[in-house]
Order: sequence, then C-alpha cells, then structure tokens
Amino acid sequence: MNFDFSKNHFELLGITPAYQIDLIRLEQTYRDIQSQVHPDKFAHLNDAERRLSMQWSTQANEAYQTLRHPLNRARYLLHLNGFELHEETNTAMSPAFLMQQMEWREAIGEARAAKDTSELEHLSSKLRADVQAQQQQLAGLLDSDKDFEKAAQVVRELKFMEKLREEINYALEALEA
Amino acid sequence: MSYSTKVLDHYENPRNVGTFGKEDEGVATGMVGAPACGDVMKLQIKVNKDGVIEDAKFKTYGCGSAIASSSLVTEWVKGKTLDEALTIKNTQIAEELALPPVKIHCSVLAEDAIKAAVADYKARHGEMQGEMVETAACKG
Repeated sequence: MNFDFSKNHFELLGITPAYQIDLIRLEQTYRDIQSQVHPDKFAHLNDAERRLSMQWSTQANEAYQTLRHPLNRARYLLHLNGFELHEETNTAMSPAFLMQQMEWREAIGEARAAKDTSELEHLSSKLRADVQAQQQQLAGLLDSDKDFEKAAQVVRELKFMEKLREEINYALEALEA
Repeated sequence: MSYSTKVLDHYENPRNVGTFGKEDEGVATGMVGAPACGDVMKLQIKVNKDGVIEDAKFKTYGCGSAIASSSLVTEWVKGKTLDEALTIKNTQIAEELALPPVKIHCSVLAEDAIKAAVADYKARHGEMQGEMVETAACKG
C-alpha cells in the first residue's frame, strides 16, 4: 500500500475535482480503500505500519464525508481554489436575500403557530425547488464558469436554505408529535 | 452547552423586539445574516435631529445567543451618537453575555448589524460616503 498523505480529497479518491461528480464511483473507490486498510488485514503488521494504515483510513473517511455532501464538496472545491466562505464572520448578504429569509422564517413561524401542516408541506416543497435551482446554478458557476466568487455567495445562500429546511422539519415534527 | 444567566435573561425577556414604521423619521435598518448557522438579524435605529440614537428595535431569527446579542445591543446603542455606536465591538458583547467560543459569531452578527444600520442611516442622509465604503469593505 502506498500512502501519500499530501493528496487532496479528490486525488485520494481518484475523482476529477468538480462539483458534479460520479457519486457511485466515489463510493466504490472509498470502499476499495477501506477494504485494503481494514484493521483485520493488518494483524501481521508492526505498530508503525498499522498506525499508518489507520491514518490512511481516517483520511479516506474524511475525504469521502467531505465529497459526498454537495455543500461540503462545494466548500472544499472553493478552498482548493483559494476561496474561503468565512461563514462565521462574513455577515454581508444582499439585503433582498436577507429580507426573503425573514419572510421565510415568518411564514414558517406562522404556519407552525397555526398548526397548519399542509402549509408547512407547501413551504417545504417550495424550498426544495429553490434549493434545486440554486444547486444547478452552483454547478454552472463551479464547473463551467469557474466564477468562484459568485459560487461562494451561492454556497452561503444555500447554508441559509439548509437552516430553513431544518426549521420546517422541526415544525412538522412538533406538530406530528 | 448551557447558556449564561445573562443570555437566558435576554432570551426570555428580550428588550426592544419589533419594527419601526418604514416611513418613521430618522429610522434606519441594518440586516445581516450568518451563513455558519443561517441566523438572520434585523436591527433598526431611530436617530434624532442631534444625531443621537433615541430608540432601537430588533427582530432576530436564530439561537438564544443571537437573540441575546441583538437584545443587548438595542440597549447599548440607545443614547449613543452614530459614531459612538460604531465603537461597540463584538468582543464586548461576547464578554458581557459570557458567550462560549462556538457562539462568538452571534456577537459578530450583532456588531455588524449596528454597522449596517448606521451605514443605512448615513446613506439615507447622504453623509460621509467615504466611511460607508470603508464599512462595506470590512465585510468583504
């Protein structure tokens, strides 16, 4: 086994760096690696070799977890291209977008207070459509246009939409309980 | 993770929740959001003729720390001039509320909400364009 710890997540899993990737192949490669470095197979190795293969397994796992989630994959791609999201400190979203977020939150809050499950489900499917459209835009920005600045903005927006999805799910769970 | 007493106090009895009328004289609005947690915060200030913030209101969708941070700054900005309000730093907010490291971004959000509201006021009143550009650049 050849351990090269300088490989990035895409290289490690043999995937061309892109937002749109072959998820089946990703999983296949990941499973291949994990089966090669499974602790059971290394009973005969010395401590140093065992430690290396464990580190390799951990690295492969991190790579797989990062690449299989669309938002994490986008964030990682941006990172490789020198763009960071600064999610903790960059609070300058467009006022129109933030206004929309406020309206979404209000609509979810009202539907929840009114115990209006069908309204929540309506909001949920509307959000799903919005997220899909955003993801499509993101694919174009990252894979075709290479407009990383704009892509970073779309990823930030998607983070808010992820939060909306959580809020809708909490509300639905609370009403079902 | 447990919230500090001060966070709980502001969370349970938030000060100055609400919205001013859009056409109210001297009202300016700052809207900010943190991608880390998807929280959104709206801070409004009401500025009198002497350039002093005489009232403030907020509306925040977020965790307890975000609500407490915005509630606290509505209290802090009252009676301050715009420039004095701009000196409020997130570290002061975090310290006052004893925010844990994972919640520091909530205090950043509150500081940036003040900056955004002041920038909005100055934009509406056509003052100090230079400073506005600087504020916008800080967030980039």
